[in-house]
Amino acid sequence: MGNEDAKTHVERASDRELLITRVFKTRPLTLFDAMTKPELLRRWWAPRALGVELFECEADVRVGGGYRYVFGKAGQPTMAFSGEYKEVERGARVVYTQIFEPQREAGEGIITATYEEVAGGTLLTQRERFPSKEVLDGVIASGMERGMRETLEQLAALLPELG
Amino acid sequence: MGHMIGVVETFAALAEPNRFRIVELLRSGARTVNEIGERLDLNQPQVSKHLRVLKDAGLVEVEARAQQRVYELRAKPLRELNDWLDRYRKIWDARFEALDELLVELDAKEKSDGKRRR
Repeated sequence: MGNEDAKTHVERASDRELLITRVFKTRPLTLFDAMTKPELLRRWWAPRALGVELFECEADVRVGGGYRYVFGKAGQPTMAFSGEYKEVERGARVVYTQIFEPQREAGEGIITATYEEVAGGTLLTQRERFPSKEVLDGVIASGMERGMRETLEQLAALLPELG
Repeated sequence: MGHMIGVVETFAALAEPNRFRIVELLRSGARTVNEIGERLDLNQPQVSKHLRVLKDAGLVEVEARAQQRVYELRAKPLRELNDWLDRYRKIWDARFEALDELLVELDAKEKSDGKRRR
């Protein structure tokens, strides 16, 4: 799995924004529905490879409607993302707020996803605007720490075999 | 902990557009303050100020060569940043691969529904 296989592009677009882009081989409307309808979201949002499960997934996809995803690792406390839809243009664009409930005090982020028809399918552009630069820095820093811890745990698991 | 603070500093240092340009320029090799200023159309005090922030964040280091001081990139902080973005990308990549499978199914279903309706 080299980088040339990576279809998904992620970059830090500004001090408080992440940008995710990818092309899917389908029509904008199909992609939009697959990414917003709860019964379809349940089927891809927590793939087995990630090791998390999606326990609850509700979404009322219209302006002013709310959504909530409850997820987590088996046997550990659950976490949830929730928020409200601000703009909904089926098959073209959706804007919604996002709160990571365990860190509610960090504030709301805003996610804007656009669906554009391009040669070969649909270009998804998902812009994740964090409540502040500090929150994004914190998310990145804690992710780094977790990555390091996982590496150490893997190493620790190897030690008995080496000994 | 030192690891975490390092990453935050890296991002803070790169958030300023001219500093980002300096880092991009230094990717092609070490440069003096004057060279950086000329290439990016910045005056010497501006360049020095930005270099100081980049140096404090551990992104660049200075080396004396002959009569000159040249600035060059330190790879480690940038690698850490890229590592994090790469991990985040992998999460979405895993999701989108599962989504691809669902889309194939939805498209096939739509096709057969369309035929039935005709």
